[in-house]
Amino acid sequence: MTLLWIPLLSLLGSIISSMTGKLTRNQATSLTMLMPIIALCMTISLAPAVFSGDVIRDTFSWVPLLGIDIAFRLDGLALLFVFMILGIGILVIFYARYYLSSNDSMPKLYAYLMLFMTAMLGLVMSNNIIQLWFFWELTSISSFLLISYWWHKPEARKGAIMSLTVTGGGGLALLAGLLLLGNIVGSYNLDIILASKEIIQAHDLYEVTLILILLGAFTKSAQFPFHFWLPHAMAAPTPVSAYLHSATMVKAGIFLLARFYPALAGTDIWFVIVSLTGLVTLLFGAYVALFKHDLKGLLAYSTISHLGLITLLFGLDTKLAAVAAIFHIINHATFKASLFMATGIIDHETGTRDMRKINGMWRFMPYTATLAMVAAASMAGVPLLNGFLSKEMFFAETLHQQLLGSMSWLIPVFATIAGALAVAYSARFIHDVFFNGDPIDLPKQPSEPPRYMRVPIEILVALCLVVGIFPNFIVNDILKAASFAVLGGYVPEFEVALWHGFNLPLLMSGVAVAGGLLLYSQRRHLFQFQESLPTLDAKIVFDGSIDAITKWCQVKVNAIENGSLQRYLMLIFVVVLLFAGWPLFEMNQLGGQKQLTPIDVHNAMGAALLMVGAISTVIWYSHRVVSLLMLSVVGLMVSVAFTRFSAPDLALTQLTVEVVTIILLMLALFFLPQHSPKESSSLRVIRDVGISAALGIVVASICYALITRPLESISDFFLANAKTGGGGTNVVNVILVDFRGFDTLGEICVLGIAALGIYKLLVNLPLLMPTSDSEGRPWAKERYPILLASISQSLLPLALMVSFYIFLRGHNLPGGGFIAGLVTAVAFILQYIAHGSDWISERLTINYRKIIASGIAIALFTGVGSWFFDRPFMTTWFDYFDIPFIGEIELASALVFDLGVYITVVGATLMILASLGRLTVNAQEEEVNV
Amino acid sequence: MELLYASCVGLLVSCGVFLILRARTFTVVLGLTMLSYAVNLFLFSSGRLSLNQAAVLGYSSEYADPLPQALVLTAIVIGFAMTAFVVILAIRGRSDLGSDHVDGKLPDTNKKVNA
Repeated sequence: MTLLWIPLLSLLGSIISSMTGKLTRNQATSLTMLMPIIALCMTISLAPAVFSGDVIRDTFSWVPLLGIDIAFRLDGLALLFVFMILGIGILVIFYARYYLSSNDSMPKLYAYLMLFMTAMLGLVMSNNIIQLWFFWELTSISSFLLISYWWHKPEARKGAIMSLTVTGGGGLALLAGLLLLGNIVGSYNLDIILASKEIIQAHDLYEVTLILILLGAFTKSAQFPFHFWLPHAMAAPTPVSAYLHSATMVKAGIFLLARFYPALAGTDIWFVIVSLTGLVTLLFGAYVALFKHDLKGLLAYSTISHLGLITLLFGLDTKLAAVAAIFHIINHATFKASLFMATGIIDHETGTRDMRKINGMWRFMPYTATLAMVAAASMAGVPLLNGFLSKEMFFAETLHQQLLGSMSWLIPVFATIAGALAVAYSARFIHDVFFNGDPIDLPKQPSEPPRYMRVPIEILVALCLVVGIFPNFIVNDILKAASFAVLGGYVPEFEVALWHGFNLPLLMSGVAVAGGLLLYSQRRHLFQFQESLPTLDAKIVFDGSIDAITKWCQVKVNAIENGSLQRYLMLIFVVVLLFAGWPLFEMNQLGGQKQLTPIDVHNAMGAALLMVGAISTVIWYSHRVVSLLMLSVVGLMVSVAFTRFSAPDLALTQLTVEVVTIILLMLALFFLPQHSPKESSSLRVIRDVGISAALGIVVASICYALITRPLESISDFFLANAKTGGGGTNVVNVILVDFRGFDTLGEICVLGIAALGIYKLLVNLPLLMPTSDSEGRPWAKERYPILLASISQSLLPLALMVSFYIFLRGHNLPGGGFIAGLVTAVAFILQYIAHGSDWISERLTINYRKIIASGIAIALFTGVGSWFFDRPFMTTWFDYFDIPFIGEIELASALVFDLGVYITVVGATLMILASLGRLTVNAQEEEVNV
Repeated sequence: MELLYASCVGLLVSCGVFLILRARTFTVVLGLTMLSYAVNLFLFSSGRLSLNQAAVLGYSSEYADPLPQALVLTAIVIGFAMTAFVVILAIRGRSDLGSDHVDGKLPDTNKKVNA
């Protein structure tokens, strides 16, 4: 339970800090820091258990069928990251209070920072790789928000988009890789995956999985050639950079390497890809960093370089290299965060970050300068500082490589060169900024920053020193625990110490320092050489490729989507045709084994009528009334077909629906043109005939193939249980109101929604009323023929009685709520036709919306009712009662449910027709008034 | 008889699709109605064709498959609701847009030549 609280507290902090707008800056900062401090205390209380080798787990089942749990896990590696995320996070929050100007929204920055913190905490503690991926994406999204914090600046927006595109794209690759990994292992649980090294590495898809996962890691941790987003992300406020690009965001990629190290590492492909990527990134970043005039640009490329170093260490095939990698994660986080913060102070105090302008700061801010110089020395790997220790370990590990065969000696050489470059850019950072003459054209007069702005840097620099001088005192436990987790339960013997005697790594360090200083002293020549090279701006390339992709897509979309619905429908049908038709060609035989039934005269006649009706509908489609009448013939024959093939319920339903539909379409015709113009070109008609004929043939073939094969149905269950379980003999009705009652409830809701939608569509309809039909004949004068009126009136009670009978017998004989409802509706519609809307509304003041609502409510509450008897939703209750004079009758709760169906159907049908019918009256009255 | 039944379903699909591909809303509604007949018959036939075997217990020794019947029954009613909605939409569309062409406006004459 405790583990869940760590990210949860941080999330809570995000919500709280977003609401601190009305508080003073100090109050807002303290409130925001509160949650991570509590979380840090909780983590510290858990630390001893982890140090002793335990793994703390916390799992909540979420979607067990898909193997997705909410699962947290705290081992040494996760603990190390949690400490860094919370610790540096707290310092950054504190620092940001002094960094932000009064124009910047503090709650916004804090809320985003805390959201990002939540994402990072969730990521490092995930015990389910799908959940891990979720938090991974959340870090991309929240970092997007952070980088674009100054959204009014175009470079902030561009930088944010670039980082989201690159890391989001990597995230997709990662998802694919994790899904493959889950498939290979058969579980998304991290514990199981980490223990399945042999299965994973023996699998055919291992290489693909590995590359996909590495793509995710490399894009996130800005490895070459995906590094270009990181310098552009420097458009973020400096506290954000200090947090994202020292301890968290970019370290997420490194974390991923470390996390899956026990399962994925150990193969040649891992070593080659990871170490070479790391090596290239290390050299490239260090080289470019030297030439950056922007302070943050220098730090950005230095970060890239150090991330390359860590990646390279994970790619070297010794256990100690992994230990060194973890150690450097810690060290880099401390010195880089403090350097970023120092840069922020310089930027804050001078108003610029251009090193060609900022010179001689020592005189203006000696205290800050000292702090920054110590941190930069650590970055360069100067003894007595933590950067030196991990760099020594790195140098030592590069000496034991066989990676490049006989050319393996190149690795320590490259490492030394990178070390020298690091010394050179660190020297530049120190010398250019704090010495090197006087400042040039500074926008502001620099001075020492507010006292407390330096506190976070002091803490971090103190850590650099303490770790550098007494390494075992501070980091031994956490380093051992994290190595234990990364190396899969085994820690090699190692000793982190300042002094190992005179050895080769020390010599390499010496060469690096000397070489670096030499490089820096000769920088003029280097800068000239660099300026003669053509420059490649990542932003232009990136924007260009994004533009090209967008344009390409737009062209493709425009080619398909020209705004014509007719065309879309055609395309849809063609696609359906292809997908439905294709499998038919792969079948050996269309007909099945079932005995065919012979054709008798009745069926043949019925089929002939249906075909004639259908074809006539098409032929006369431009004469809409004729076409509609022909359509009604088809509908009638369909209902006859249902009767013929043992479906009396369907036949009754179809018959009544047919009546209602045709009346409705007749009414609709009143408002629409009577004729359709023939406007399709002959070619189009041929094309459409082709498509529809092909589709008809495909459907007919599928239908034939289906009905000539023997039936295996689940319906035996319904037949066996209809009487005993549902209390009715009409199985169709029992299915509707009982077995599948929930479906029926949904369906009457749809009916009600459709009716309401129609009601809404017809409100305030601007009318386009014809005064006559298309041939110029005026509408009939006698609107309500007396004969129809009197007959329909006398038929009403009879029709209602019939519908009541149909309703009651529905459970045992063909009938039921749907059919009875339609019969009732038809009886009322007849009254509307015979007497007109006004006549009815004088006599029948019913709000159909309320009827629909009460129908659905009755059905719903019948279902809910079974809860009161401790039964599942919609359990039917029934019993038989002996009533004097009437005899034994059955009462079932399903009957009440069916009543709900009945009422809804009546209400919806009448509402649809009456709403439309009322319009005709209004229209005609308007006409009279005019 | 199976062949005849399947042909009828196929014919209804053809006619329905052809009508749906026309340019005027009312014809499309007719086509949709026709297509829903075809779909209902098709779904119904998944219980196979049987004569005089209504699924009412006690009236015959063998029964037709009641499940497709139940499904089609609701499909008919919902089909009606959808037809009604579409036709009202067509009316509304015509009065708002001034044309009952499915695209809401008459196609440009020079485009029509291409189509």
